[in-house]
Amino acid sequence: MALTNERIKERLIEKFGGEITGMEEPYGMLTFTVPAAMNLKVMQFLFDDAELNFRFLTDLTGANFPDRKGEELSVVYHLHNLQANVRIRMKVFVPVEKPDVFSATAVFAGANWMERETFDFYGLNFVGHPNLKRILNVDEMDYFPMRKEFPLEDQSRTDKDDEMFGRGGSQF
Amino acid sequence: MSRPVQYNTNVKIVEIPEGYSGEGFLATSFDKAIGLARKNSIWPMPFATSCCGIEFMATLAATYDLARFGSERMAFTPRQCDLLIVAGTIAKKMAPVLRQVYLQMAEPRWVMAVGACASSGGIFDSYSVLQGIDQVIPVDVYVPGCPPRPEMIIDGVLRIQDLVANESLRRRNSDQYKALLASYNIQ
Repeated sequence: MALTNERIKERLIEKFGGEITGMEEPYGMLTFTVPAAMNLKVMQFLFDDAELNFRFLTDLTGANFPDRKGEELSVVYHLHNLQANVRIRMKVFVPVEKPDVFSATAVFAGANWMERETFDFYGLNFVGHPNLKRILNVDEMDYFPMRKEFPLEDQSRTDKDDEMFGRGGSQF
Repeated sequence: MSRPVQYNTNVKIVEIPEGYSGEGFLATSFDKAIGLARKNSIWPMPFATSCCGIEFMATLAATYDLARFGSERMAFTPRQCDLLIVAGTIAKKMAPVLRQVYLQMAEPRWVMAVGACASSGGIFDSYSVLQGIDQVIPVDVYVPGCPPRPEMIIDGVLRIQDLVANESLRRRNSDQYKALLASYNIQ
């Protein structure tokens, strides 16, 4: 019997009940939201369970939603069951004042650099990460570039012509 | 029958600098003679990072041969090169590395920025790209383009040759040059 989204939902609700929210299936891929404190428990369950068997972390990334007050930053995990070829997505939301998320390096070794990158760009603090420091940006950088409040262009330029960039010139 | 031998009679020879000549000797100034020798034997150090690097490779290849202009040996070590050719996007994290390579070059040295990214950051106006290498090292010639055609890169090298030929031998010790280096915090 193949592992279907319904079966995964059943198992998750049976184990974690109302903690799992926001179940949806965009493009056929099961997506659900987990409270920040439980992310390791859920991942460990998905990893250890013989039927669910989600042993591969495809991707770990962050996102910034400034409009969701109290939940501005999020971490998105993409898990893959290599034997049944099933993918699911797990989301975790944290407030921007206290962006602490438990590090997934305990469960997946591949999460190490991905969490460093997410920290580098969003400022998410991964608790329990062995070496949380900037990986792609310059070490002295003191801001987090992918957050929405950060402007898109380099601020050190003085010669950009606003009109050419669609920001309205001083002419008309 | 074997093909008859064809000699290339159309070889371009560099003209000798003006000076006082007599039988078996020519007297010119050092500037001219040394400038002539230097300009026709510039050894470039390719610092090729991305797409402009590929265009630079095309420039070195057979169709647009850069070795015709004296740049025969692309020694990939800054210690033995005259011209630092920076081709490609330089990220802010790469800037100290580029500076280190520049510092290792021996005088006289020239720098050519190939492409839009090296000249000014190009289309990558973002948090990670250095907006022009002239923020970290002094540049002599900028070759615009994204990427520039090999012919344009050769044109850039010819402009460098003009600079080299006309440079005074005392320039590297002059106050102006020292002030220029000081503005980049290079001793």
